[in-house]
Amino acid sequence: MTVETFAKEFDFKVLSLPSPEKEVTGAYVGDLLSWVMGRANSGDVWITIMSNVNIAAVATLADTACILLAEGVVLDDEVLSVAKNKGINVLSSEKSAYSIAKMISDTV
Amino acid sequence: MSDKLVFRFDVQGDDFTSAGQASVQVKKNLRQLGFDTDTIKRVSIAMYEGEINMVIHAGGGIAEVSVCEEYIEIVLEDKGPGIADIDKAMQAGYSTAPDSIRSLGFGAGMGLPNMKKNSDSMEITSEVGVGTRIVMRVNI
Ligand SMILES: Nc1ncnc2c1ncn2[C@@H]1O[C@H](COP(=O)(O)OP(=O)(O)OP(=O)(O)O)[C@@H](O)[C@H]1O
Ligand SMILES: [Mg+2]
Repeated sequence: MTVETFAKEFDFKVLSLPSPEKEVTGAYVGDLLSWVMGRANSGDVWITIMSNVNIAAVATLADTACILLAEGVVLDDEVLSVAKNKGINVLSSEKSAYSIAKMISDTV
Repeated sequence: MSDKLVFRFDVQGDDFTSAGQASVQVKKNLRQLGFDTDTIKRVSIAMYEGEINMVIHAGGGIAEVSVCEEYIEIVLEDKGPGIADIDKAMQAGYSTAPDSIRSLGFGAGMGLPNMKKNSDSMEITSEVGVGTRIVMRVNI
Protein backbone atom coordinates (compact mmCIF):
# COMPACT_ATOMS: atom_id res chain seq x y z
CA MET A 1 0.00 0.00 0.00
CA THR A 2 1.06 3.62 -0.33
CA VAL A 3 2.48 5.59 2.58
CA GLU A 4 -0.62 7.79 2.53
CA THR A 5 -2.94 4.79 2.92
CA PHE A 6 -0.62 3.28 5.52
CA ALA A 7 -0.73 6.47 7.63
CA LYS A 8 -4.54 6.60 7.44
CA GLU A 9 -5.00 2.90 8.13
CA PHE A 10 -3.09 3.07 11.40
CA ASP A 11 -3.91 6.64 12.26
CA PHE A 12 -0.30 7.79 12.38
CA LYS A 13 0.34 11.50 12.65
CA VAL A 14 1.60 12.95 9.37
CA LEU A 15 4.54 15.33 9.83
CA SER A 16 5.75 15.39 6.25
CA LEU A 17 4.19 13.73 3.21
CA PRO A 18 5.81 15.03 0.03
CA SER A 19 5.84 11.57 -1.56
CA PRO A 20 2.44 10.07 -0.61
CA GLU A 21 2.49 7.50 -3.43
CA LYS A 22 5.60 5.67 -2.22
CA GLU A 23 4.91 1.98 -1.71
CA VAL A 24 5.34 0.42 1.71
CA THR A 25 6.83 -3.05 1.34
CA GLY A 26 8.35 -3.82 4.74
CA ALA A 27 9.65 -2.37 7.98
CA TYR A 28 12.90 -1.93 9.87
CA VAL A 29 13.42 -0.83 13.47
CA GLY A 30 16.67 0.84 14.49
CA ASP A 31 18.36 3.98 15.75
CA LEU A 32 22.00 3.41 14.83
CA LEU A 33 22.37 4.93 11.40
CA SER A 34 24.94 2.52 9.99
CA TRP A 35 22.75 -0.43 10.92
CA VAL A 36 19.82 1.16 9.17
CA MET A 37 21.99 1.91 6.14
CA GLY A 38 23.21 -1.66 6.03
CA ARG A 39 19.98 -3.49 6.78
CA ALA A 40 16.89 -1.49 5.84
CA ASN A 41 15.41 -2.45 2.50
CA SER A 42 14.02 -0.09 -0.10
CA GLY A 43 10.35 0.52 0.65
CA ASP A 44 10.67 -0.15 4.38
CA VAL A 45 8.89 1.86 7.02
CA TRP A 46 11.81 2.96 9.21
CA ILE A 47 10.73 2.99 12.83
CA THR A 48 13.09 5.01 15.04
CA ILE A 49 13.42 7.43 17.93
CA MET A 50 16.31 9.24 16.25
CA SER A 51 15.26 12.72 15.15
CA ASN A 52 18.35 14.72 14.21
CA VAL A 53 18.87 15.97 10.65
CA ASN A 54 21.02 12.98 9.64
CA ILE A 55 17.94 10.76 9.43
CA ALA A 56 17.01 12.65 6.25
CA ALA A 57 20.11 11.54 4.33
CA VAL A 58 19.80 7.99 5.65
CA ALA A 59 16.14 7.73 4.61
CA THR A 60 17.02 9.06 1.15
CA LEU A 61 19.98 6.77 0.59
CA ALA A 62 18.43 3.65 2.09
CA ASP A 63 15.33 4.53 0.03
CA THR A 64 12.88 3.88 2.86
CA ALA A 65 9.19 4.53 2.21
CA CYS A 66 8.89 6.73 5.29
CA ILE A 67 10.39 7.50 8.66
CA LEU A 68 8.05 6.60 11.52
CA LEU A 69 9.00 8.32 14.77
CA ALA A 70 8.05 6.25 17.80
CA GLU A 71 7.45 7.29 21.42
CA GLY A 72 5.97 10.65 20.42
CA VAL A 73 9.35 11.94 19.29
CA VAL A 74 9.03 15.28 17.50
CA LEU A 75 11.10 16.89 14.76
CA ASP A 76 12.43 20.40 15.07
CA ASP A 77 11.42 22.84 12.34
CA GLU A 78 14.75 22.72 10.58
CA VAL A 79 14.69 18.93 10.17
CA LEU A 80 11.05 19.07 9.16
CA SER A 81 11.74 21.53 6.37
CA VAL A 82 14.67 19.42 5.16
CA ALA A 83 12.36 16.40 5.05
CA LYS A 84 9.70 18.29 3.10
CA ASN A 85 12.22 19.72 0.63
CA LYS A 86 13.95 16.40 0.07
CA GLY A 87 10.75 14.46 -0.54
CA ILE A 88 11.01 12.44 2.68
CA ASN A 89 7.83 11.17 4.32
CA VAL A 90 7.76 11.38 8.11
CA LEU A 91 5.02 9.97 10.33
CA SER A 92 4.84 9.77 14.10
CA SER A 93 3.13 7.85 16.87
CA GLU A 94 2.96 7.99 20.67
CA LYS A 95 3.45 4.22 20.76
CA SER A 96 6.73 2.38 21.33
CA ALA A 97 8.67 0.87 18.45
CA TYR A 98 7.60 -2.57 19.68
CA SER A 99 3.91 -1.70 19.78
CA ILE A 100 4.06 -0.13 16.34
CA ALA A 101 5.86 -3.14 14.88
CA LYS A 102 3.28 -5.46 16.41
CA MET A 103 0.41 -3.37 15.15
CA ILE A 104 1.61 -3.21 11.53
CA SER A 105 3.08 -6.69 11.27
CA ASP A 106 0.12 -8.24 9.45
CA THR A 107 0.01 -5.46 6.91
CA VAL A 108 3.61 -4.87 5.84
CA MET B 1 40.16 5.88 -24.00
CA SER B 2 36.46 6.02 -23.41
CA ASP B 3 34.91 9.04 -21.76
CA LYS B 4 34.33 8.84 -18.10
CA LEU B 5 32.07 10.99 -16.03
CA VAL B 6 33.54 12.38 -12.82
CA PHE B 7 31.74 14.00 -9.91
CA ARG B 8 33.87 15.75 -7.31
CA PHE B 9 32.89 17.03 -3.87
CA ASP B 10 34.49 18.91 -1.01
CA VAL B 11 33.26 17.32 2.20
CA GLN B 12 33.25 19.68 5.19
CA GLY B 13 34.49 18.33 8.49
CA ASP B 14 32.33 18.37 11.62
CA ASP B 15 29.35 19.72 9.72
CA PHE B 16 26.47 17.46 10.59
CA THR B 17 23.74 19.55 9.05
CA SER B 18 24.98 18.96 5.53
CA ALA B 19 26.67 15.60 6.12
CA GLY B 20 25.71 13.13 3.44
CA GLN B 21 24.89 15.73 0.81
CA ALA B 22 27.55 14.57 -1.62
CA SER B 23 26.13 11.04 -1.47
CA VAL B 24 22.58 12.29 -1.96
CA GLN B 25 23.77 14.26 -5.01
CA VAL B 26 25.53 11.20 -6.44
CA LYS B 27 22.38 9.17 -5.98
CA LYS B 28 20.47 11.78 -7.97
CA ASN B 29 23.08 11.86 -10.72
CA LEU B 30 23.16 8.08 -11.06
CA ARG B 31 19.38 7.96 -11.22
CA GLN B 32 19.41 10.51 -14.03
CA LEU B 33 21.98 8.38 -15.83
CA GLY B 34 19.52 5.50 -15.66
CA PHE B 35 21.34 3.06 -13.40
CA ASP B 36 19.32 0.30 -11.74
CA THR B 37 18.16 0.82 -8.16
CA ASP B 38 20.39 -1.89 -6.73
CA THR B 39 23.57 -0.37 -8.16
CA ILE B 40 22.48 3.10 -7.07
CA LYS B 41 21.83 1.89 -3.55
CA ARG B 42 25.15 0.11 -3.23
CA VAL B 43 27.08 3.16 -4.44
CA SER B 44 25.01 5.48 -2.22
CA ILE B 45 25.58 3.45 0.93
CA ALA B 46 29.27 2.86 0.32
CA MET B 47 29.83 6.52 -0.39
CA TYR B 48 27.67 7.80 2.48
CA GLU B 49 29.57 5.77 5.06
CA GLY B 50 32.88 7.01 3.68
CA GLU B 51 31.64 10.58 3.52
CA ILE B 52 30.39 10.48 7.11
CA ASN B 53 33.66 8.97 8.28
CA MET B 54 35.55 11.90 6.76
CA VAL B 55 33.17 14.31 8.50
CA ILE B 56 33.41 12.60 11.89
CA HIS B 57 36.90 11.18 12.04
CA ALA B 58 39.01 13.21 9.64
CA GLY B 59 37.87 16.84 9.59
CA GLY B 60 36.51 16.51 6.06
CA GLY B 61 38.09 15.57 2.76
CA ILE B 62 37.47 15.09 -0.90
CA ALA B 63 35.13 12.62 -2.59
CA GLU B 64 35.36 11.71 -6.25
CA VAL B 65 32.99 9.43 -8.09
CA SER B 66 33.87 8.23 -11.58
CA VAL B 67 31.41 6.46 -13.82
CA CYS B 68 33.45 4.12 -15.98
CA GLU B 69 32.42 1.52 -18.51
CA GLU B 70 32.45 -1.49 -16.22
CA TYR B 71 32.32 0.01 -12.75
CA ILE B 72 31.64 3.07 -10.66
CA GLU B 73 34.66 4.13 -8.65
CA ILE B 74 34.48 6.08 -5.42
CA VAL B 75 37.64 7.71 -4.11
CA LEU B 76 37.64 9.30 -0.65
CA GLU B 77 40.70 11.19 0.45
CA ASP B 78 41.35 13.05 3.69
CA LYS B 79 44.19 14.61 5.65
CA GLY B 80 42.85 13.38 8.96
CA PRO B 81 44.60 11.45 11.72
CA GLY B 82 44.84 8.23 9.69
CA ILE B 83 43.91 4.73 10.80
CA ALA B 84 46.58 2.95 12.85
CA ASP B 85 45.14 -0.57 12.60
CA ILE B 86 43.03 -1.02 9.48
CA ASP B 87 42.07 -4.64 10.24
CA LYS B 88 40.73 -3.58 13.60
CA ALA B 89 38.84 -0.61 12.12
CA MET B 90 37.23 -2.98 9.61
CA GLN B 91 35.74 -5.14 12.38
CA ALA B 92 32.00 -4.77 12.85
CA GLY B 93 31.35 -2.90 16.08
CA TYR B 94 34.75 -1.21 16.36
CA SER B 95 34.41 2.54 16.79
CA THR B 96 36.34 5.40 18.32
CA ALA B 97 33.43 7.84 17.91
CA PRO B 98 32.97 10.07 20.98
CA ASP B 99 29.69 10.18 22.92
CA SER B 100 28.63 13.46 21.28
CA ILE B 101 28.72 11.70 17.91
CA ARG B 102 27.08 8.54 19.21
CA SER B 103 24.12 10.55 20.44
CA LEU B 104 23.46 11.48 16.80
CA GLY B 105 23.18 7.80 15.88
CA PHE B 106 26.69 7.29 14.55
CA GLY B 107 29.41 5.16 16.11
CA ALA B 108 27.98 1.67 15.68
CA GLY B 109 31.23 0.64 14.06
CA MET B 110 29.32 -0.57 11.00
CA GLY B 111 30.40 2.03 8.44
CA LEU B 112 33.53 0.36 7.07
CA PRO B 113 31.84 -3.09 7.05
CA ASN B 114 28.94 -1.54 5.11
CA MET B 115 31.39 -0.09 2.60
CA LYS B 116 33.04 -3.46 2.16
CA LYS B 117 29.69 -5.23 1.79
CA ASN B 118 28.34 -2.84 -0.81
CA SER B 119 31.41 -2.61 -3.01
CA ASP B 120 33.04 -5.21 -5.25
CA SER B 121 36.49 -4.03 -4.28
CA MET B 122 37.77 -1.76 -1.54
CA GLU B 123 41.28 -0.60 -0.84
CA ILE B 124 42.34 1.46 2.16
CA THR B 125 45.67 3.19 2.41
CA SER B 126 46.28 5.17 5.54
CA GLU B 127 49.17 6.71 7.40
CA VAL B 128 48.89 7.95 10.95
CA GLY B 129 49.23 11.72 11.06
CA VAL B 130 48.98 12.02 7.27
CA GLY B 131 45.55 10.84 6.15
CA THR B 132 43.45 8.14 4.60
CA ARG B 133 42.58 7.21 1.05
CA ILE B 134 39.86 4.73 0.23
CA VAL B 135 39.08 3.46 -3.26
CA MET B 136 35.92 1.44 -3.81
CA ARG B 137 34.50 0.00 -6.98
CA VAL B 138 30.98 -1.14 -7.68
CA ASN B 139 30.69 -3.20 -10.85
CA ILE B 140 27.93 -2.27 -13.28
N1 LIG C 1 38.60 8.58 7.36
C1 LIG C 1 38.99 8.13 8.57
N2 LIG C 1 40.02 8.73 9.23
C2 LIG C 1 40.42 8.29 10.45
N3 LIG C 1 39.84 7.26 11.10
C3 LIG C 1 38.81 6.63 10.50
C4 LIG C 1 38.33 7.02 9.22
N4 LIG C 1 37.31 6.20 8.87
C5 LIG C 1 37.18 5.34 9.89
N5 LIG C 1 38.06 5.58 10.87
C6 LIG C 1 38.26 4.80 12.13
O1 LIG C 1 37.70 3.51 11.95
C7 LIG C 1 36.68 3.29 12.94
C8 LIG C 1 35.57 2.41 12.36
O2 LIG C 1 34.88 3.12 11.32
P1 LIG C 1 33.36 2.73 10.99
O3 LIG C 1 32.87 3.63 9.93
O4 LIG C 1 33.28 1.27 10.74
O5 LIG C 1 32.61 3.02 12.37
P2 LIG C 1 32.19 4.42 13.00
O6 LIG C 1 32.35 5.51 12.02
O7 LIG C 1 32.94 4.59 14.27
O8 LIG C 1 30.65 4.17 13.33
P3 LIG C 1 29.44 4.08 12.24
O9 LIG C 1 30.07 4.14 10.89
O10 LIG C 1 28.76 2.79 12.50
O11 LIG C 1 28.59 5.28 12.52
C9 LIG C 1 36.24 4.67 13.37
O12 LIG C 1 35.65 4.69 14.66
C10 LIG C 1 37.57 5.44 13.32
O13 LIG C 1 38.35 5.17 14.46
MG1 LIG D 1 31.53 5.32 10.12
